[in-house]
Amino acid sequence: MRSGVYAAMFKREYTLAFRQKAELVQPLVFFVLVVSLFPLGVGPSPEILQRIGPGVIWVAAILSSLLGMERLFRDDFQNGWLEQLALTDASLAGLMAIKVFTHWLVSFVPLVIVSPLLALFLNLTEPMYWALLATLAIGTPLISLVGAIAVGLTMGLNRGGVLLALLLIPLFIPLLIFATSAIESAAMQLSYMPQLAILGALLLLAFAFTPFAISYAVRVSLN
Amino acid sequence: MSLEAVNLSCVRRDRVLFEQQSFTLNAGELTYLLGENGAGKTSLLRILIGFVEPAAGQVLYGGSAITHSDVRRKFNAELIYIGHKSAVDPHASAFENSRFWCAQHGVSVTQELIYSVLATLGLVGLEDIPCGQLSAGQNRRVALARLWFKATAKVWVLDEPFTALDVKGIELLERHIEAFLARGGSVILTSHQPLSHLTGWRPLELEYRL
Amino acid sequence: MWKWLHPYAKTERAYVLCNTLLPWFVVTAVLSLSIGTLWGLVFAPADYQQGDSFRIIYIHVPSALLSMSTYVAMAVAAAVGMIWQWRTAYMAMIAIAPVGAVMTFIALVTGAAWGKPMWGTWWVWDARLTSELILLFLYLGVMALYSAFDDKRQGGKAAGVMAIVGVVNIPIIHYSVEWWNTLHQGATITKFDKPSIAPEMLWPLLINLLGFAAFVGAVSLVRMRNEIIRREIHRPWVVLIAKQASK
Repeated sequence: MRSGVYAAMFKREYTLAFRQKAELVQPLVFFVLVVSLFPLGVGPSPEILQRIGPGVIWVAAILSSLLGMERLFRDDFQNGWLEQLALTDASLAGLMAIKVFTHWLVSFVPLVIVSPLLALFLNLTEPMYWALLATLAIGTPLISLVGAIAVGLTMGLNRGGVLLALLLIPLFIPLLIFATSAIESAAMQLSYMPQLAILGALLLLAFAFTPFAISYAVRVSLN
Repeated sequence: MSLEAVNLSCVRRDRVLFEQQSFTLNAGELTYLLGENGAGKTSLLRILIGFVEPAAGQVLYGGSAITHSDVRRKFNAELIYIGHKSAVDPHASAFENSRFWCAQHGVSVTQELIYSVLATLGLVGLEDIPCGQLSAGQNRRVALARLWFKATAKVWVLDEPFTALDVKGIELLERHIEAFLARGGSVILTSHQPLSHLTGWRPLELEYRL
Repeated sequence: MWKWLHPYAKTERAYVLCNTLLPWFVVTAVLSLSIGTLWGLVFAPADYQQGDSFRIIYIHVPSALLSMSTYVAMAVAAAVGMIWQWRTAYMAMIAIAPVGAVMTFIALVTGAAWGKPMWGTWWVWDARLTSELILLFLYLGVMALYSAFDDKRQGGKAAGVMAIVGVVNIPIIHYSVEWWNTLHQGATITKFDKPSIAPEMLWPLLINLLGFAAFVGAVSLVRMRNEIIRREIHRPWVVLIAKQASK
């Protein structure tokens, strides 16, 4: 019975996400635009681009995620769906975990898919590209989970933007550091397993705790 | 099963809205919550369903506090809340909104039942149009359809359910409430227009305070 | 009209507690700060390597230490508020936040001022300076979130969540920044030379540390008092205090 409730949640989120295709594509376009600005800003020298590439891609990913995260609860908060969710038999933390997962699926997976193109733009080598892919695969769910806490707290305020960035960017610094350092290790033909292991540990930690923090944040906003 | 408020006090934005409110919603009883704008009607309803923490006092369902997780689950299973915000997604159709809601609340309904309820509510031919294209009154009807779907409910908490409804819609809803009360349900509602068909309600008045 | 509400008893009690504690904190702060600073700046011997410029340590180290412990204090207040549903705990949290932010700011400014003679530049991406900068952002986030809410009760809860999320993240951030710094070691000068400090230099430092702690406590208490008054402005006991004060 309860698993049916979670499945229904996933189905609804998934269906509705694709009803607003324009909103879905915006962060992705922003991501590609920001990355393509850098060669224009620092010059087309392949060595420099390769040097700054990992950092540029990750910073752009974080910024575009901030843009897309705002959408996470906005509609459902405004039309009252979250209130109805809080009155179901299922645990709100579980429902929120599914919501975040769906959001990740529709907004970050496309980002991972376009990443080969950007790797090409910034002259990343093949090992660097595989490292980038691995860090994106582990790091972006982390962004979604941690970000959802702050989005949950600010959804009632109608002035998310800068406040959301102020709340979240400091929290994403470790992620940025470990992800870019993994790619740099790959560039030097070194093992980047330690960095991936740390990112994985952070992700597991987030899996364990953030759903409860998110549901608490949502309840604060419903208050 | 009765819903009982014990000495509820509410503070919003550091202003006391009401204090020491105690009442019981008994089976078959309609409670009509009255008061000016800003008197705290919505806050009281939101305390009753557990969204807002009261500054003092507690809400009991079947004699135990709804903050208990077991009680909470039982209460959720027997409650329908329809708030100011109708929880109707503008990108989904009336049919989809109903199906999503039923699935979410563990109410098993057949496709035919959804269509027939929507027909009862005068939404024939509009079932598959995105709700964003329907009028405010029609959106309200989509939200109110939940009162027809969830037959296991014993308590209805309705915040301004008549808003945006036309005369026929109001009558339909009032008849439905009447039938629910006759089945032993209990209802608490707020409304700005006076009730036309429903009688025998118990008033609960909140005073606006500075 | 404004009747006594049971849980509100706590704010008055908290107010009284603030008043009782405040003189102790003020006296300790004034005494230790004047003794410690005077001793440190005038009487302590000059460092044989850094000369007199090391004396900024008497401001820098206490403020840097307190910037972190104040964050922890703030998060503890938030946790207390969350677990026991105390309004006063959230008030304490929000009273502490700007004080901690100022401590962080002082630590950053004095760090930069010290960096100029030592490293020849105002700012280097040293691990400790970077962590301190991120700490400042975390403080600002908590304060900004609180002030964004009209309903301060709700704002306190929301800011409390961020304070706790921040305190969980501080070790991770600190560790990651250190990793990042050693990775890029070529670009920066990282470590201070840390010879064991002479006792005549250490004593004023410890006294100043106590002074800074007492100062943070005193300012937080005053802010807490103000917060209570602002939030409870309609309570009879606050009105009474206001009347007595205006006589």
